[in-house]
Amino acid sequence: MKLLVPVKRVVDFNVKIRVRPDGSGIDLANVKMSMNPFDEIAVEEAVRLKEKGVATEVVVVSIGPTKSQDIIRTALAIGADRGILIETPDTPVEPLAVAKLLKAVVEAEKPDLVVLGKQAIDDDCNQTGQMLAALLGWPQGTFASKVEPNGSKVVVTREVDGGLETVSLNVPAVVTTDLRLNEPRYPSLPNIMKAKKKPLDTKKPEDFGVDIAPRLKVLKISEPATRKAGVKVGSVAELVQKLKNEAGVL
Amino acid sequence: MAILVLAEHTNDALLPATGKAVAAAKDIGGDIHVLVAGHNAKVAAETAAKLDGVAKVLHADAPQLEHQLAEETAALIGSLIDGYDVFLAPSTTTGKNVAPRVAAALDVMQISDITKVVAPDTFERPIYAGNAIQTVQSPEAKKVITARISAFPSVGEGGSAAIEAVTAPAAVGISAFEKAELTKSDRPELSSAKIIISGGRGLQSGENFKKYLEPIADVIGAAVGASRAAVDAGFVPNDMQVGQTGKVVAPDLYLAVGISGAIQHLAGMKDSKIIVAINKDGDAPIFQVADYGLVADLFQALPELEAELKKAG
Repeated sequence: MKLLVPVKRVVDFNVKIRVRPDGSGIDLANVKMSMNPFDEIAVEEAVRLKEKGVATEVVVVSIGPTKSQDIIRTALAIGADRGILIETPDTPVEPLAVAKLLKAVVEAEKPDLVVLGKQAIDDDCNQTGQMLAALLGWPQGTFASKVEPNGSKVVVTREVDGGLETVSLNVPAVVTTDLRLNEPRYPSLPNIMKAKKKPLDTKKPEDFGVDIAPRLKVLKISEPATRKAGVKVGSVAELVQKLKNEAGVL
Repeated sequence: MAILVLAEHTNDALLPATGKAVAAAKDIGGDIHVLVAGHNAKVAAETAAKLDGVAKVLHADAPQLEHQLAEETAALIGSLIDGYDVFLAPSTTTGKNVAPRVAAALDVMQISDITKVVAPDTFERPIYAGNAIQTVQSPEAKKVITARISAFPSVGEGGSAAIEAVTAPAAVGISAFEKAELTKSDRPELSSAKIIISGGRGLQSGENFKKYLEPIADVIGAAVGASRAAVDAGFVPNDMQVGQTGKVVAPDLYLAVGISGAIQHLAGMKDSKIIVAINKDGDAPIFQVADYGLVADLFQALPELEAELKKAG
């Protein structure tokens, strides 16, 4: 079974982002960038499937600026076999365009399973996996907390609002990962060194004939309404009294 | 403008997310039709017909729609979408699963998780875990939208829309429902509760959720939530998680107990009207968003809180 794992380079999840005062966007100068955490879970899952002998090859693909090579190398250090970078200008590419590019990669690579993060923590869209599945006419197992390939099917346990749901999908299929699927490993130094020698192809969106011009127009990006820290109370009795008489919420 | 809203339901009941999605559709403005796609979901369709502002309910009944599989539901929506300008789903796990599939099939870019309708083609949506708000305009001829349910107060009941049966296309048949393990609780649902009490890593175990948080929840009629740390540690199930990628809530009162306040958790609850934090670390970031903070050991404070709330009751 061959696996394709799309990964996205995003602002590191620990960074407190700054909104530019003129409303034009987020200040990304000198900000630490990392692999989208959900995609890292996807890479880990794919590598574990390979280690179990279920998967034969794990190909990682990223769509983004030249620097996205760094996160492809991280994925290779975790244990993926080779990487593909589809190089774009350093401006956001919308999920629909990403899904179209991934469809083209799927048609060239012919994986049995595409495993990717359920959402990127920058635009918080939660669309790419579902869109790719739709474009390919494949089934989808979103928000996965367990993935069990079983011959011509893959059984996926999903984290849903009411609890857990298990679906069985015909292969080939798209799976998007949730937080509790696994805990990604830290790559070892020898594996980081080995990753530098693994193959990494670079392509352009034009190679696939996909137009990546955004469809939506971002008018502005602003700061959210901020909350001010309130008061510290001295006792539980004071807290309950304030909630009842001052806030009126009890 | 004609708007098709996807109903959130369990076949035998309509869920509150539907009324909130209808409210978002009303803000856009137009003729609002609600699609109830399920199997033996007559009760859900009848309840949807009572929602204010709904002009018509489309009721699709087919065995393959019973579990609202994305493949089947999206195929149904694709067969109905011609007469509509907007498809809108609530940002529930069902809506998030289905809507992008609909959008891609139509070759339109979806607008996810809107929190405000600025104009019929312009919306606000949070990005970066709610640390920035994007105002986005869609020139797409058909718009596919998901709406954050905590941002829209539900429409009332009192309408009497016509229910029209629609035929589902033949089953796609590439996916199958196996089983569901749903958490059963007599407490209010997290996403629609007026009061929420959430616990974090500080609770130390699932037993402590039962021993310390649940009795308080029962005194004040609250739903019980949790931070990611508490879910990851296995204290409580995933459906209790409040945060950027879990449930986003905005109750009148949110009590955060033993939660430090990672930005991913704050993203899920900072629009609550009143926030209370109880934590033994006075420097915990949760205090920066709390209206009332109590620096205390929660194992002492919670029994006291239960007693005080009973007195105040």
